[in-house]
Amino acid sequence: MAQRLAMPVKEKTQTGQSHQEFTGSEILLRCLIEEGVEVVFGYPGGAVLPIYDSLYHGALKHLLARHEQGAIHAADGYARATGKAGVVIATSGPGATNLVTGIANAQMDSIPLVCITGNVAQHLIGTDAFQEADITGITMPITKHSYLVTDVKDLPRVVKESFYIATSGRPGPVLIDIPKDVSNARAAYRYPDRVHIRGYQPKTDPHPLQVNRLHQAIREAEKPLILAGGGVVTSGAEKELIAFAEKAHIPVTTTLMGLGGFPGQHPLWLGMPGMHGTYAANNALLECDLLIGIGARFDDRVTMGRLDKFATGAKIVHIDIDPAEIGKNVDTYIPLVGDVKQSLSAALDTVPRAHSDIWVERVQTWFREKPFTFRDSDEVLKPQWVIRHLYESTGGDAVVTTDVGQHQMWVAQYFPFARPRSFITSGGLGTMGFGFPAALGAQLAHPDATVISVTGDGGFQMTSQELAVASLANIPVKVAVINNQCLGMVRQWQEVFYKKRYSEVDLADSPDFVKLAESYGVKAWKAENKEEAARVWSEALSHPGPAVVDFRVAPEENVYPMVAPGSGLDEMIMGEEDE
Amino acid sequence: MRHILSVLVNDQPRVLARVANLLGRRNFNIESISVGESEEPGLSRMVIVTNGDERTMEQVQKQLHKLIDVIKIQDLNEHSAVERELLLIKVGAGPATRMEVSGIVEPFRASVVDVGPHSLMVQATGERSKLDALIELLRPYGIKEVARTGVTALPRGTAKTPVPAGS
Repeated sequence: MAQRLAMPVKEKTQTGQSHQEFTGSEILLRCLIEEGVEVVFGYPGGAVLPIYDSLYHGALKHLLARHEQGAIHAADGYARATGKAGVVIATSGPGATNLVTGIANAQMDSIPLVCITGNVAQHLIGTDAFQEADITGITMPITKHSYLVTDVKDLPRVVKESFYIATSGRPGPVLIDIPKDVSNARAAYRYPDRVHIRGYQPKTDPHPLQVNRLHQAIREAEKPLILAGGGVVTSGAEKELIAFAEKAHIPVTTTLMGLGGFPGQHPLWLGMPGMHGTYAANNALLECDLLIGIGARFDDRVTMGRLDKFATGAKIVHIDIDPAEIGKNVDTYIPLVGDVKQSLSAALDTVPRAHSDIWVERVQTWFREKPFTFRDSDEVLKPQWVIRHLYESTGGDAVVTTDVGQHQMWVAQYFPFARPRSFITSGGLGTMGFGFPAALGAQLAHPDATVISVTGDGGFQMTSQELAVASLANIPVKVAVINNQCLGMVRQWQEVFYKKRYSEVDLADSPDFVKLAESYGVKAWKAENKEEAARVWSEALSHPGPAVVDFRVAPEENVYPMVAPGSGLDEMIMGEEDE
Repeated sequence: MRHILSVLVNDQPRVLARVANLLGRRNFNIESISVGESEEPGLSRMVIVTNGDERTMEQVQKQLHKLIDVIKIQDLNEHSAVERELLLIKVGAGPATRMEVSGIVEPFRASVVDVGPHSLMVQATGERSKLDALIELLRPYGIKEVARTGVTALPRGTAKTPVPAGS
């Protein structure tokens, strides 16, 4: 202990070199600080005791979650809010396996995470030792890369490579599994100043020939459309996208992951496409003659898996940093492998204006005349009204997180995001319980922002234990529980596709969320009509600490429009009109 | 269509698991995988025999390239290549039939590598089809055990300098 204290972590030598030896844990901590990590999320346990001992200094801020899943979603929320890698620490065995959902969640949405797990000492690996789990094996299909560190001397290189791999190219989660003996072993510390990984050199600049072909295609197009996805947000290309769309005069639809990547107030914006998308976006996809996919992966919630009915008359251009995405789901006429920002920058200067005036006017008319609709009520609270109120009450100046399901779709529909990284949602994996801990991470990244966790009564109960973190660390996240007393999206599918045979979707016996929040020391309110909702939400917003509002909404409300699975985008079931 | 991929990978623990895991998870077909040292220290060469149309093969290569431990991929269908597999087969053969079996083996340039009281072990190398044919000819004698290495392959010297698939 004396020796540890004798070498404060923050002290650095001029050259970054030191002849003094440190333990693996101390080296890890130094590496994290060197990487500019501001906060780590985690949960201690036997195999990470040495790591937590090195954290004892307080040199690095650590947030103690109440479940490893909460920790990793918080790290994920931090990463999505900042673009930096989120860092999570968990112990071996159950600690590590509790990260699995969070790792898969980050992998599906290309979120940079560095996940550090302890493991049993190397002489015990493979013996079914206490709290042993083969976490590198378990997570192989859901990580961008993983390391099992067998020698403390490798640790600085491994950490350096992990951050580089996690954040570069198409980002993703990287796992570092550190056996306890490696954490305890001693070595000299020197952080490498550069990375060279022979098998990993992501290509970021687009091929000029393909840029020329893109220009030619735009010149020839009369009905062009941009499908912008999460890649726009990841690469920070929002300005380039606006300039490109305006100059080429091309309307833009943003996928769920792309929301905020193009302003929801822009006249060229058509909303979200796909299963619960706008009439305008889906019709534009059906009719366009040129479709420019930008950082989007043409997944089945957009195409409905019915490629025979998807943009059939269009030449498809695909801009993506991941070459494997090109041609994976749709045949591509012009492939453009590269970083979205660099690609749009390269294409911007000489991009022609498409002959798209008639088309743009047409799609704008669709967008205007076929908005999302619901039948409002003064007696019961409608979830769509609540989301719209969240937008209006904040002027849209908020970071909003969600889980998956009806509340997620309503946020996507009724909260037009103006800025990238202001919408944080579990897109690919569709993880219940993601949004609330993610909001904690996002709030830590942006202490002064209004961070709203819109969740459901189902999802909230999957990670509500993190209320303890919000309370103790006074993280002023506002939780808006869209409480319809049931598992709404599953109920909706059972209603529409299973003849109203409601099987195990009733959540009416849930705890009182106000009392639950209060038991954690978090202020909470309940609202059952518009007047109450507006009043208590305003109180929650002005409350300096964390707050929970239990919005008791009409349980039978469905998300419309809807395209049934197996149908094409031409078969939209439209919602009810307001009377 | 059958394709033979030659994949240069880092000689790291679990690299075979990473490759096999990826192929399985993406629902790609694997006929065989063989792996061993390559000409460069620290790198192994994996030879993967797989099936798929052009689009699938493109995906196989692109997805493999995403593995950090994969350095280079060649589709040997695009080159003239030498393809070999090693077969060990133990067939029933007593004193009466030993000569007969030896006679079958000879034109295949295979050799008898072990003789037991009631069996012979034959070793053969060649293309897959040749080994299949040999097995069929030996089947009437009673096949006791078979072990095959899976295909390994290299492009011929006359082939143009291979271009890495990713470039």
